[in-house]
Amino acid sequence: MTIDKIKTIIADHSGEDEANITAETTFEELGVDSLTTVEVLMDIEDEFGVTIEAAQVGKTVGDLVRAIEEAQK
Amino acid sequence: MEHRVVITGMGIVSPIGSNMEIFRQNLLNGVCGIDYISRIDVSDLKVKVAAEVRDFTATDYMTKIEANKNDRFTQFGIGAAAQAVEDSGISGKVDPFRFGVYFGSGIGGFNTFVSEYDVMKNRGPQRVSPHFVPKMISNIAAGQIAIRFGAKGPCISASTACATGTTCIGEAFRAIRYDYADAIIAGGTEASIEPLAIAGFTNCMALTQTDDPMRASIPFDKDRSGFVMGEGAGALILESYEHAKMRGAKIYAEVVGYGSTCDAHHVTAPDPDGEGGGRAIRLALEEAGYIGEEKVYINAHGTSTLMNDPTETKAIKYALGEAAYRAKVSSTKSMTGHMLGAAGAAEAIASVIALETGMIPPTIHYQNPDPECDLDITPNEAVSFDPELALSVSLGFGGHNACIAVRRYRG
Repeated sequence: MTIDKIKTIIADHSGEDEANITAETTFEELGVDSLTTVEVLMDIEDEFGVTIEAAQVGKTVGDLVRAIEEAQK
Repeated sequence: MEHRVVITGMGIVSPIGSNMEIFRQNLLNGVCGIDYISRIDVSDLKVKVAAEVRDFTATDYMTKIEANKNDRFTQFGIGAAAQAVEDSGISGKVDPFRFGVYFGSGIGGFNTFVSEYDVMKNRGPQRVSPHFVPKMISNIAAGQIAIRFGAKGPCISASTACATGTTCIGEAFRAIRYDYADAIIAGGTEASIEPLAIAGFTNCMALTQTDDPMRASIPFDKDRSGFVMGEGAGALILESYEHAKMRGAKIYAEVVGYGSTCDAHHVTAPDPDGEGGGRAIRLALEEAGYIGEEKVYINAHGTSTLMNDPTETKAIKYALGEAAYRAKVSSTKSMTGHMLGAAGAAEAIASVIALETGMIPPTIHYQNPDPECDLDITPNEAVSFDPELALSVSLGFGGHNACIAVRRYRG
């Protein structure tokens, strides 16, 4: 599942417990700022082989999942 | 409007201890923080010894995530500042807009610079961390400290090489004295014990290549052959006397003078007549209202290089005249190594300890006198002296000379 891998990546960078991260969780709630977003995107590129621009990330974890799935099509 | 400026809190991360209690004890007991380098591979390097910080855990002061986003030099700075703020009890008792940070580093995030260069070489520019620049720039310790303590007043990061800590404290003193702030977190930090840095300092003939840690940093000794790289951070809370009194703060000592000059002579070598450093000391003494009769302790820059120690001896004589021979001098770099941008801050703290306890920290591992370094450098063991005035001298690459004068505070 895309979302599980993304939760792991975001947990690594935010310090938040994976169990507390859902599709509705916002990056703001996680304290993930613009710099950390770029780090997350680098890990996503390694994991999924897709390049996502920071502007495509959206506000929530679910938005990011959709952006990745879109890019994988 | 002019204010008296006092010191109300101190914090330290050093090769001889990373809290004030251990540092004070080791400083007066003449404990040496120099040993074989353990954190990096030195097999290709000529230099094998350094004064590493061994008892600092970043996560005592920040989360693991925050630690990853901060270079070691910033971690040290935050650690020292957090200790000083806690010690002073100033949190919540100062107007944020009148609370400043004057905190520098001689170099900045050397480790980050090197590791991200490796990332670029191996994986390409698109993989360079977004945290690279804000982690590496030398002012970022000041910025991070301001964020942590909500200090919204003046935030400045002077970088004057090995004089950085003293410059920051001196400039903070002036800012409070002339009413630009009520309190300032002042100091310096450094973490550059890294192969490229060691290679650079070795090749500009600054470092000793001796492999005996007990004969490596030997300031004023005839056998000295260069300095020993150290690392760490020191932080002091400077505060206007009225502000400190109003909130019932503990006062350690009073900052009473600052001198700042440049040799304008050579990038690394001091002007051999010692006049540049001497003028900085004299300016600090003049502002302190020195009358020539006080018992003076001088925490010398005393790097243990061939050129610094005799030149600094001349500088002290230039400023104090005959009184130079009555002063107690010591180089605590014999214990801490050269903490570079943090040196002035650690040594200001050592000076305050001397004023507080009446004890002069020694110049350890001293064996062979050098006629060109003929002041009383407090060899090998701490002595009781009860100084009234302490001078902390720092001299940096670029010809930067800085000196602060601190007076004993008795009620």
